Amino acid sequence: MDLTYTPEEEEFRARLRRWLGEVLPKLPPAPAPSDWPARRAYDLGWQRMLHDAGYADVHWDASPTTRLIYLEETERAGAPYVGANFVGLLHAGPTIAAEGTPEQRSRWLPPILRGEEVWCQGFSEPGAGSDLAALRTRAWRDGDAYVVTGSKIWTSHAEVADWCELLVRTDPEAPRHRGITWLAMPMDAPGVTVRPLRTLAGSTEFAEVFLDEVRVPIANRVGAENDGWRVTMVTLSFERGTAFVGEVVACRRVLGELAAEARKNGRWDDPVLRRRLGRLNAEFRALWRLTQWNVSEASAGGVPGVGGSVFKLRYSHARQELYDAAADVLGPGALDLDRPWVLDRLSSLSYTIAAGTSQIQRNIVAERILGLPKGK
Amino acid sequence: MRFQLTEDQRALQAGVRELLDRRFGAEALRAAVDEPGLDRALWRELGAAGFFALRLPEADGGVGLGLPEAVLAFEEAGRALLPGPLTATHLAAGSVPGAATGETVVTAPDGGLVEWLAWADVVLGDADGAVPLRSLDPLTPLHRVAHQGEADPLAVLLAAAEQLGTATRACELAVQHARTREQFGQPVGAFQAVKHLCADMLVRAETARAAVYAAAVTEDPADIAAARLLADEAAVRGTRDCLQVHGGMGFTWECEVHLHLKRAWARSQRGGGITESEEVLAADLVA
Repeated sequence: MDLTYTPEEEEFRARLRRWLGEVLPKLPPAPAPSDWPARRAYDLGWQRMLHDAGYADVHWDASPTTRLIYLEETERAGAPYVGANFVGLLHAGPTIAAEGTPEQRSRWLPPILRGEEVWCQGFSEPGAGSDLAALRTRAWRDGDAYVVTGSKIWTSHAEVADWCELLVRTDPEAPRHRGITWLAMPMDAPGVTVRPLRTLAGSTEFAEVFLDEVRVPIANRVGAENDGWRVTMVTLSFERGTAFVGEVVACRRVLGELAAEARKNGRWDDPVLRRRLGRLNAEFRALWRLTQWNVSEASAGGVPGVGGSVFKLRYSHARQELYDAAADVLGPGALDLDRPWVLDRLSSLSYTIAAGTSQIQRNIVAERILGLPKGK
Repeated sequence: MRFQLTEDQRALQAGVRELLDRRFGAEALRAAVDEPGLDRALWRELGAAGFFALRLPEADGGVGLGLPEAVLAFEEAGRALLPGPLTATHLAAGSVPGAATGETVVTAPDGGLVEWLAWADVVLGDADGAVPLRSLDPLTPLHRVAHQGEADPLAVLLAAAEQLGTATRACELAVQHARTREQFGQPVGAFQAVKHLCADMLVRAETARAAVYAAAVTEDPADIAAARLLADEAAVRGTRDCLQVHGGMGFTWECEVHLHLKRAWARSQRGGGITESEEVLAADLVA
């Protein structure tokens, strides 16, 4: 058990820290959350800077430990988030890298790395949430194209995306997991309609995407027809281990800010609140160590370990606890949307739902790790 | 960074588990409950295996290993429900003659209680006016003492390691039962309500594991306090959930689950109060 970093890793950290210190002060101010075209430009611009400095592919080629350091340092320095590049860098890109043909890789990967094209994800449907394999968006072959009709939901960045990684049903007769195909759909194709979806936090970060006889070239299919489920699963485990590194670092910073605010407004004198924050300190220290544990395991074995589900279950709950504690610190201010942490408290509600609800995660832990039987 | 067990650490873990399986298995556990007492022969065998001298330098006749290795050994002890004042004797190795070899049994007051007082050869600390009590844990004889005493951070961490072992064992016992016990025509572990209890037990145990192992590496006071809080939670809630999964059987004296729960409760009294650890971690936020 070794928590020290190698000289090479420390050197990477130092170099990155220097670079961040140079470039971050020169960044333009972040655009308003509702200004999607400006956000797209800002996020792509940041990716371009990373690319030019040699950090573009840190999510792909780097060792898990290098990735951990990258995410830790960029969060500490307050660098922009991956934002509109998320699906390209962390889902669609790695899928194409793993399963695409040489032509597909050279067509789609460089623009992702250079910050030129935005991807979104068309997986979930109104009738296929936790049960993704129930998806019903249909695709028929017609000449050199698939003709796609159906609807997708929870699609982030759909308004500004160039491409959509789309799961469609190509064989409704086959067993559910064997009739699905992975397509790269251009978002400007005729028949694509995007309708923003307002979340309970008031933001429009998601959209519904309606597809009405959209023609997608067969050449845009990654993997074999009806093999899309397997192709997708390759990606879904990709970011396990490092997915929440930046967020844990951020939560620990917020916890320190909460304590400082409580000292300022007098809430710190309440031992119940103080101990609540103390317990959260234990929680996030442990989550940071669990991250290091999972990353070390991934480094050793090459594949992300079972720790991903364990981490997600614990972290998503801890994040909600953190912002509930923030409300306790704020008192009446907890109802003021202009105070810090209030919107974060609302957003935190999605954590036990998105990317596999806590209930689904518990099933995964119980069945795949503990070996409990599936119910009838 | 390589925050995983090394080959040597895995071997040590397996060695301690093998020794305890052989010398303190299900039958020995049962016998110890029926007739409480300290098995001096086992104690010397633990001494010979290096359990107490683990962290003592080789020049002083010890094994020359560190706190991470001690934590792994204590985790196994917790898992096996090994009785006796293990922590006090381990911490006395090198300073109390015979402690390192298991010849001398050492106890020490902790949190207003002192365990195994009548069996110990040496008592470190103030145990004046000790009054015996009818111990809730059948495997831990206890006296009350007036003096609260200061919590030794190493003792706190080793207790957390034992709690981690208990949490892991509780999860295993629950899963074993849930796989084999059938109701409504299927194993009860096929029902999500049971499945989710088991999943939560694992999540708590694995989170505590990361905290306990990290504290063993850093020896940072806030890390130790965090390890203690999470390991206590994982052990106490884990054994309770394990009891729940066992249903009526879990409420019987015969089923071993209550022994794990009672020991988890007993250990959670050690190392100062829970609130003290929480205050350490709160203070760390504004340090």
